[in-house]
Amino acid sequence: MALLEVKDIHTYYGNIHALKGVSFEVDSGEIIALIGSNGAGKTTTLRTISGLMAPREGSVTYDGEEISRMRADLLVSKGISMVPEGRGVFAKLTVEENLDMGAYIRRDGAIKDDLKSAYSLFPRLEERRKQFAGTLSGGEQQMLAIARALMSKPRLLLLDEPSMGLAPVLVDGVFETVQRIASEGVTILLVEQNAHMALQIADRGYVLQSGEVAISDTAANLQQNETVQKTYLGID
Amino acid sequence: MDVLRSRTSRDVLSLGLLSGAFILFTGAVGMVAAFHEREVVDRFISLGQLMLLTAPFVTAYFAAGRLREQGESAPRMLVAGVAVGLLTALPSVILLLFNSDEYRFLLFMTLRLAPLVAASVIAWGRLRAGAEMQTAIGIWLLVAVLVGIVTYSFALIFEVKGDLRSVFVNIDRDWVEVVTFDNRKDLMRGIGALGLVSIVSGLGGSILYLLPTVPRRALIYGLGVTALIGAFGETARLILQENVDRDTLREIFRRDTLRQNAALALFVISTAAGFFWALFGSQARERFSNLDYGPRRAVNTVGFVLFVLLMLMLPWLIGRTLSDVAVTIGIFVLMGLGLNIAIGLAGLLDLGYVTNYAVGAYILAVLTSIGPLGLFKGTFTFWTVIPIALLAAMFAGFIFAVPVLRMRGDYLAIATLGFGEIIGKLAISDWLKPLIGGAQGVQAIPKPIFLGTELKNPEQLYYIVLAASLVTLFVSIRLNNSRTGRQWMAIREDEDVATAMGIDTARAKLLAFTLSAATGGVAGAIFAAKVGTVFPNSFTVFISINVLSLIIVGGIASNPGIVVGAIVLIGMPELLREFSEFRFLLYGALLILMMIKRPQGLIPSKIVTHEAQSGVKPALAAAE
Ligand SMILES: Nc1ncnc2c1ncn2[C@@H]1O[C@H](COP(=O)(O)OP(=O)(O)OP(=O)(O)O)[C@@H](O)[C@H]1O
Ligand SMILES: [Mg+2]
Repeated sequence: MALLEVKDIHTYYGNIHALKGVSFEVDSGEIIALIGSNGAGKTTTLRTISGLMAPREGSVTYDGEEISRMRADLLVSKGISMVPEGRGVFAKLTVEENLDMGAYIRRDGAIKDDLKSAYSLFPRLEERRKQFAGTLSGGEQQMLAIARALMSKPRLLLLDEPSMGLAPVLVDGVFETVQRIASEGVTILLVEQNAHMALQIADRGYVLQSGEVAISDTAANLQQNETVQKTYLGID
Repeated sequence: MDVLRSRTSRDVLSLGLLSGAFILFTGAVGMVAAFHEREVVDRFISLGQLMLLTAPFVTAYFAAGRLREQGESAPRMLVAGVAVGLLTALPSVILLLFNSDEYRFLLFMTLRLAPLVAASVIAWGRLRAGAEMQTAIGIWLLVAVLVGIVTYSFALIFEVKGDLRSVFVNIDRDWVEVVTFDNRKDLMRGIGALGLVSIVSGLGGSILYLLPTVPRRALIYGLGVTALIGAFGETARLILQENVDRDTLREIFRRDTLRQNAALALFVISTAAGFFWALFGSQARERFSNLDYGPRRAVNTVGFVLFVLLMLMLPWLIGRTLSDVAVTIGIFVLMGLGLNIAIGLAGLLDLGYVTNYAVGAYILAVLTSIGPLGLFKGTFTFWTVIPIALLAAMFAGFIFAVPVLRMRGDYLAIATLGFGEIIGKLAISDWLKPLIGGAQGVQAIPKPIFLGTELKNPEQLYYIVLAASLVTLFVSIRLNNSRTGRQWMAIREDEDVATAMGIDTARAKLLAFTLSAATGGVAGAIFAAKVGTVFPNSFTVFISINVLSLIIVGGIASNPGIVVGAIVLIGMPELLREFSEFRFLLYGALLILMMIKRPQGLIPSKIVTHEAQSGVKPALAAAE
């Protein structure tokens, strides 16, 4: 059974019909890429899954449970964690305080250890523990946002454009990290503009177009798909 | 003409005229004459005269600084000082001439010529900028007519009424007396005196700037302290009278005025102190920061203990009147620390804070009053009611928070503002009149009794406020460094992301409003006990605004800042009482100055400091 099953969801911003019946599945342990051009509805999809928005129609099932009407903060304790678009670090909290906020739902004693493993994943962050997050570089903020999302020990990690605005060297690093996280058993739903990189690490992928799923296939096939090559990979 | 074009002369010209405008303005609103009544040093200098001196002095000092930046030489700085002095006197001199019988014709001449001159200057400028002759003539006519209408009507008024006072009511005999340094009868002599004093002060200012660092700092310190103590004579005497005997006091003060010898002694002593500090202060600071952790901690601890001792002894040191002010300040510290939870930590712009204050005050009033409205006629004491007032305010905070939980920023501000108004109306309403007395309020609230003594003096009530403030301060500091506090900060930064961290934002906001209300209730209860009566008109929107302002002036989200903000914002108007009707003018001017000089607050929190340095948006944007 799929870990996450999105079925025919319709999500609106007021009168704006942003998602027009999106359906897809994510199995446990997979990396799923969600690609699409600007305004296709990728962020809206993630916001709907994470509970920040409720779909008007359709259902979202997580671990066998219907969650589309559940409050976002409760979903975190069920194991869904999100790295929001544009990083969304708390600029006026320090790096360490940001990480502690990531572990907000946890009251156990292992937080200290997880802090250590976050720092071993991103040594840069350890050097800047006491620095205000707003003063980090863009790349460091992205690292922090990912590390923070991991602090809640998620089973499903939603990543919204983790490579946005990063230098090519850093982009490679971010995707490597995503792979490493996946190898530790975390299921990943990855939204990306950088379709090329996303499809390289993903198992399967979905192409979103104007609020609808246009194509769905394995990552390898998508890379060969003509439309995908033309529109998203820039290959003529 | 070229001299005027250089940057240096333009700076001197504008600074000098600014200082002249200041003198003229303060004179025109009647401040100079009113302050002349108040002597700073007995039979030597009045506050009004001190103002006339200070303006060119300070301006010349700064002008010299500007000149130094532009690499000008010392003699030119002295010349600039003289120029500033002259320019300061100039507007007042013109007004004096216009106001005198002999030279009034100058006024009429100016008024008649002004439109022609103004029109010609503007038209000429246009011509030089390449306008057609026809356009220039059109502009000339237009300006001449427009300016003419104004100046000719003024001329008409003056002609009919006979003098300037019909328009400038405060440009009267008293004013002339002050600015001419008592030479009203002989105008030329008076103008000479004013010019001379201005020039000498301006020169003094630039000389001061040229002095080497140590004597300069010492003199600034000495002059400043003497002038301040002289100006705030009443306050100084109040503090002193607690600590010295009557005869000594009489040696120092004649009523509220420093005697000449005392002023001289004060000046010498404070200059000497300034001298030593300028000489050894930085060394001492350096030595302190070079200390090891152990000894430095010891010094800090000693400092803290001394501070606590000072706080404990304060009422004895400052006497009754000022203790009363201290109690009011304490009440506002309580409210400031409370509101800071909502505004500073959680970013919830609550403009209805007065609600909690009113709830606390009325709860205490109704439960303890021995008057007709008292419910229990003295069975309940102050001490049992304080926790009740606290809980009641928290409850009110909770109830009012529920409907506004989903609102953000400006909308929240408006909604809470509305709640504050509702409370005011409820308090005065007929509906609640049987319970809380409507406009008459609740009377006969007994003072707190502690171990058999009635705490009826401000000196005694001070300790209640001190204790409450210390507890609140402690809780605030703990909150700042806890997950609860950080969860609020996370919401302040980004509500959506905070939710995505698993924070129940609705619950967290409710908690912020509720806790924030608690100290407001205690503050209200203490206020009610202090005053003994509770009236609806004590609970206006100005309480909310004051509490908000003290947080902003002190430094948002900064606990020490809030304490200092309360001292400045609540204490200052009390001290400025000596300046009678000009109190709020000065108060407003000082606030504006403070916000220009330190927009991040007097003691900004760490976070805001880094913001101000990196040029990110200022404090309140975060509370939005
Ligand atoms: N707050 C909002 N109010 C109204 N319309 C919105 C809002 N947010 C998004 N939309 C609209 O919904 C549609 C989907 O937006 P969404 O942010 O999901 O796109 P996206 O695929 O994430 O794009 P990008 O790659 O540029 O981030 C767009 O047409 C957008 O204009
Ligand atoms: Mg997006």
